[in-house]
Order: sequence, then structure tokens, then C-alpha cells
Amino acid sequence: MSSSPHTTLRRLLPFFLVGVAFGFTLVKGEVVSWFRIQEMFRLQGFHMYGVFMTAVPTAALSLLLIRRLGLRDEAGEPLDLPPKEMGTGARYVIGGGLFGVGWALTGACPGPFLALTGAGVTVMAAAIASAVVGTWIYGLLRHRLPH
Amino acid sequence: MMEWLTRPWPWYVAGPLFGLAVPVLLLLGNRAFGISSNFRHICAACLPRRAAFFRYDWWKVGGWNLVFAAGILVGGVLGGWIFGNPDPVAISSQTTADLQALGVQDFSGLHPRDLFSWSELLGLRGLLLVVVGGFLVGFGTAYGGGCTSGHGISGLASFQLPSLLAVISFFAAGILSTYFLLPLIL
Repeated sequence: MSSSPHTTLRRLLPFFLVGVAFGFTLVKGEVVSWFRIQEMFRLQGFHMYGVFMTAVPTAALSLLLIRRLGLRDEAGEPLDLPPKEMGTGARYVIGGGLFGVGWALTGACPGPFLALTGAGVTVMAAAIASAVVGTWIYGLLRHRLPH
Repeated sequence: MMEWLTRPWPWYVAGPLFGLAVPVLLLLGNRAFGISSNFRHICAACLPRRAAFFRYDWWKVGGWNLVFAAGILVGGVLGGWIFGNPDPVAISSQTTADLQALGVQDFSGLHPRDLFSWSELLGLRGLLLVVVGGFLVGFGTAYGGGCTSGHGISGLASFQLPSLLAVISFFAAGILSTYFLLPLIL
């Protein structure tokens, strides 16, 4: 891809701005809070479940609308999310489970790691670094794990 | 206006806004909303002698997502710092009581400072919560192929069975860890 720094910036700026809006909403919706995550995993409050139960239908309806309108990108490909391969399903159960343990321990998932670091809980930068190491170790062990 | 910027937002405002991330990223360039891929892109960008999993054009595939992630960090600065909510998070009284029973004392911020601080990292408790927890988030999302955004929102919204399986597993493991593992650590 040959593009000048100027066009690269123009292409990427919208993603940055959507990220800013997303990070701001993560904090304002208190989704980044260890206390909210505790309330969620203890099944003692509706807040987090309300977030998921409105986020998913909003995304689903938008996606159906995009498909119905037949929207396409510059290359002519339909706008859509890539399908996920089921395989044996083991990766979703085991990998998902390990992530769940990490979510409970840190009280945050990857988006909130970033938003919290910005919001002043800077120790979450250590969680990000650790997550990168975890991903790297997975990359090394990948061929030995059931998928 | 200022009050709206500093006050926390209810779930029915925040939830739909998160959901809109999916169509907005599709419209901006046919990109799939999912944050944990960024850990993989960082590995692909930074590590010498890469494993096959990290051998791809990280900038072409993930440049937009790394920029999106940088935006989330800046959004955190704005939401948590510049327009930060001065009040404690209004969790249920039952949760407050349960956490107090586990020894949590500081309920003032987004995360309890008595558990999540740089000085805590020197102790076993902080190490388990932040470093081991972070490791599991990175390993688990790479193995499981997504996190709360990629599976929980994008995957469920496109009716993908693998994502439903992953989300059930996230919550089952999270609930079990909260009730049985966390009390051993705190």
C-alpha cells in the first residue's frame, strides 16, 4: 500500500476518534469499574447485564440493516463480520474460561485495561504488558493446544 | 452539560453506544470490532523471531485497531480524569457488604486503590490480581479468539455459536473465580 503520511493520517483519524468516544463511554458507563464487575459476577446488580442486553441488540439490528441495504466497502466487499470457526469448540470453552478468570482477577477486560490506564489507574499498564506476554506464550504453544 | 459529562451514564445510554461501535467500524472501513486482537498485533510488531501466529503484516491488518486502542486510552483520560466522577460507584449494598467482608476498604474510585496500585505489585496479592490476571486475559483471549467486545458484542450480534459458547465460558469462569478464587487472594 503506497500512501503519503497525510492520507494515512486522514484514514486513521476516524478510528482514533471512535476509540476516544468508546473509551469515554467505558468510563461513564462504569464498565471499567472493578466494583461493577464484582457486582456483575456476584449477580447482585442489573447494571452490567443491562449494558450487554442493550449493546448486543443495537449491534445486531445495525448489522441486519447494513446487510439489508447491501452496503459495500471500497473494494466492493459486503460490509460484514468474519465468521468464527467452531472446530471442536475447545478453544472457546478453555480459552474463554481462562479469560473469565483473568477478567474476575483484574476486574477488567482489554478495553477497560486501556481506559483505566488513561483514567489514572496506571497500574493497569502492567496488566496490558502481562496480557501481551500471555498472547505471545499462546502463540508459542498454539500447535500443542486443542482448538 | 458539565453535569452530563461528569455524571455516570445509566446502562440504557452506555449499552446502545457500545453496540454502535459495530456498525460504525464497518462503515469506516469494513473493520470488525474486537479489542483483544491488539495484543497479537503488538506481538507481531515487536517480537523478533516470531512464531507463525505472529507472522503477518500487522500494520495493514491491525494498524486501525491499534489507533482505535490509543483512542480508548485517551477516552479514559477524558472520562476518568478531566471529566471524572467525584462520587463512588453506586454498586448494590449487598456487593459493598460482601467486599467489605473480604477486607476492601477504599470504595472511592473506579478500582479499589488498596488492591490496584504500583506499590501493591510488589506483594503476592497485587501480583496475582494484576500480573497473573493480565496474563490470563492475554492468553485466554488469544486462545479463545476474542474478548468481551469480539465475542460478547460482535460475535453475539452476528449470531455466532462459537461466541455464545465463549461468553457462557467467560461468565461461568468469572463467577466461579469471584466466589472461590478471589477470597483466597484478598
